Amino acid sequence: MSPSSSSIAAEPGAVPAPGEHHEHHPSYLVDGTTVKSWLLTLDHKRIGVMYLIWVLLFFLVGGIYALVVRFELLTPGPTIVDAMTYNRAFTMHGVVMIFLFMIPAIPGAFGNFMLPLMLGAKDVAFPRLNLLSLYLLLGGAAIAIWGMLNGGMDTGWTFYTPYSTHTTTTVAPILFGAFIIGFSSIATGLNFIVTTHTMRAPGITWFRMPLFVWAMYATACIQVLATPVLGLVLLLVVGEQLFQFGIFDPARGGDPVLFQHLFWFYSHPAVYIMVLPSFGVMSEIVATFSRKNIFGYRAVAFSSLGIAFVGFFAWGHHMFVSGQSTFNAGVFAVLTMLVGVFTAIKVFNWVGTVYKGAVDFKTPFAYFCGFLYFTVFGGMTGVAFATASLDVPWHDTYFVVAHFHFIMVGATIMAFMAALHYWFPKMFGKTYHEGWGLVSAALIILGFNATFIPQFLLGNAGMPRRYYEYPERFQTLNVASTMGATLLAMGFLITAIYLTYSLVYGEKSSANPWNSRGYEWLTESPPPTHNFVGPQPVYKDEPHFYVDPEKAEVPDAV
Amino acid sequence: MQSSSAAPAHHAPGVPPVPTVAAHFASLDVQQHAARLGMWLFLATEILLFAGLFVCYANYRFMFPDGFAAASRHLDLTLGTINTLVLITSSFTAAMAVHYAKEAKNRQVVVMFILTILMALGFLVIKYFEYSHKIHVGQLPGPYFTDPEPSLQVAGVPMYFTIYFLSTGLHGFHVIIGMIVLAWVGFKANRNEFSARNYTAVELGSMYWHLVDLVWIFLFPMLYLI
Repeated sequence: MSPSSSSIAAEPGAVPAPGEHHEHHPSYLVDGTTVKSWLLTLDHKRIGVMYLIWVLLFFLVGGIYALVVRFELLTPGPTIVDAMTYNRAFTMHGVVMIFLFMIPAIPGAFGNFMLPLMLGAKDVAFPRLNLLSLYLLLGGAAIAIWGMLNGGMDTGWTFYTPYSTHTTTTVAPILFGAFIIGFSSIATGLNFIVTTHTMRAPGITWFRMPLFVWAMYATACIQVLATPVLGLVLLLVVGEQLFQFGIFDPARGGDPVLFQHLFWFYSHPAVYIMVLPSFGVMSEIVATFSRKNIFGYRAVAFSSLGIAFVGFFAWGHHMFVSGQSTFNAGVFAVLTMLVGVFTAIKVFNWVGTVYKGAVDFKTPFAYFCGFLYFTVFGGMTGVAFATASLDVPWHDTYFVVAHFHFIMVGATIMAFMAALHYWFPKMFGKTYHEGWGLVSAALIILGFNATFIPQFLLGNAGMPRRYYEYPERFQTLNVASTMGATLLAMGFLITAIYLTYSLVYGEKSSANPWNSRGYEWLTESPPPTHNFVGPQPVYKDEPHFYVDPEKAEVPDAV
Repeated sequence: MQSSSAAPAHHAPGVPPVPTVAAHFASLDVQQHAARLGMWLFLATEILLFAGLFVCYANYRFMFPDGFAAASRHLDLTLGTINTLVLITSSFTAAMAVHYAKEAKNRQVVVMFILTILMALGFLVIKYFEYSHKIHVGQLPGPYFTDPEPSLQVAGVPMYFTIYFLSTGLHGFHVIIGMIVLAWVGFKANRNEFSARNYTAVELGSMYWHLVDLVWIFLFPMLYLI
């Protein structure tokens, strides 16, 4: 990038010139083809694509662990692995999926790619920090995976003390890896906040930002404010494991409940680090495929911040059975239910957007339907869990597992798959086969239900989570769940096959194949290195503006 | 791809270089605003990191009030006070560096940062004497606590020293990082890089140093005084 192009301010009234300079501005994908030009790139789009590749790989690893767990539980006794391997498998399933897939997936891959495009910016505010963030993630992952291969860990992903400081498995490297991954998360969040504050193009006011940007902003606030506390608590556990300080060990006067407070102070808001980006993706998709402006834009935008805010006051519901006072339980119950209020605002506004819309039922919209269902079902069970009296019998049963998979995993996976399909043409300039997209979406949604609805029933019947063996009477539902997991895996496999095929053999996509009015479609697909060719687009309308008949046409794409 | 605000190494002596705007920023003002906002956010994460330790302290002080009071009286108040004064003075010199950078007096910026780093070094030397005395008498964290002193045979005393060493150790680590940061910015000042239009690096480096000072200002009463 030459220093002469140091100003991105657009001429007032300038419009993007269609096709102009096209030959002179190669897309970001082919602008530099050496390995070094990718690995050391400062282009947010290339960093986003590298994130995408890595999180997909981590998703595969986490998925394989999931299948090990599910197949082990096919029969009441030992099935394919021994008890210790099973403990390691469900721990690593949780650690990999949460820290290496769900937290970085949407912000890292799609946030990095789309945020500057949606703000009309040339890049994020700190491109080098952005690249560092990717390598911190990979460095932390490398250390954690080294730990996995040299003993693994059997504590469950919550690392509860004092067990995690006494177990002979290799806790320290895995927790240290998670500590480094936390730095990556902070760096991404910090970068997005500063980018949103300083890099908006002329015309993009706070209330003209796309809702995905609002969601990323709220997510970034949580990442910056919650992750340092997790960093400290992980360091304390590593120190405790290596030197037996006793800070969380009741045998030495320590307080294991303090660990739970500090851990959940991060890890409950972390749930919203996982689902808020999903809410943002869905707000974009529901407007595009309903051909309607989003209903209640400000309510959707503010409810993201609302979830981020009350998310910090909800951690205590993880400790209803830890000896916490009834008064505390009541306070945390009410604070937790507030999250449901803000989520309901979003859900009603999405449904209001679809209402009387001209729905274009494409693959991303199919995932939106699944997402709506998982969010409502998972969210309602969440309100049930926030009720202390109901939490007590359900505590640490499969009901918890099913609940958080529905809301945290179901919603995030739906949004991740929707984003992958919605932005695939933008990122790679290729189209995919719509029929296969719908088939795999149906398989994944069905498979997900088949996996986790039996687990709701198992939990309600009293099957505890994390157990290696179980009584005969639970077997039918466990077999159903494992079959569902197999279906789910098939759905992902089909997606992997046709998207890889499309990447190579797919038809070339137009700049705006969905006729979306989202700002990211105002440039070519795939975008050129500097995001926009010629003068910057002019931003005069709200980002999801479909309803004004005079402006019914989508502006000419570049 | 994007160049930072770092100036080229070769330019006429005595003339501050023109600050470079990275290609993705609209203007120098926006670039400097972004840098400041980023630093404030980073400092917020640092405060939250230490906040976790403060929560640990509060929790265990509540559990072991007698042990914590007894152990607290075995810290060297004189050395702690001297260290507090040293750090506050170093914050003053760091602030003066920003003042001189705005006036393009790069020579004075270098002097101020050298003074700051020397005081940081002094802080660490005093800390070294405190630590070695503690290690000598066995006032150590958790299972390593061996001090036979009768007034310290109270529940919670080893926990106190766990928190003492963790928090002062983490703070000491930040002191070292701060020294490196200030040395790097001082090196840039030595190349005559700063002026009224371009002093963000000095400002951000000093902000970091103020945070290191601020954390100590909380640690000192928490550990030594109450």
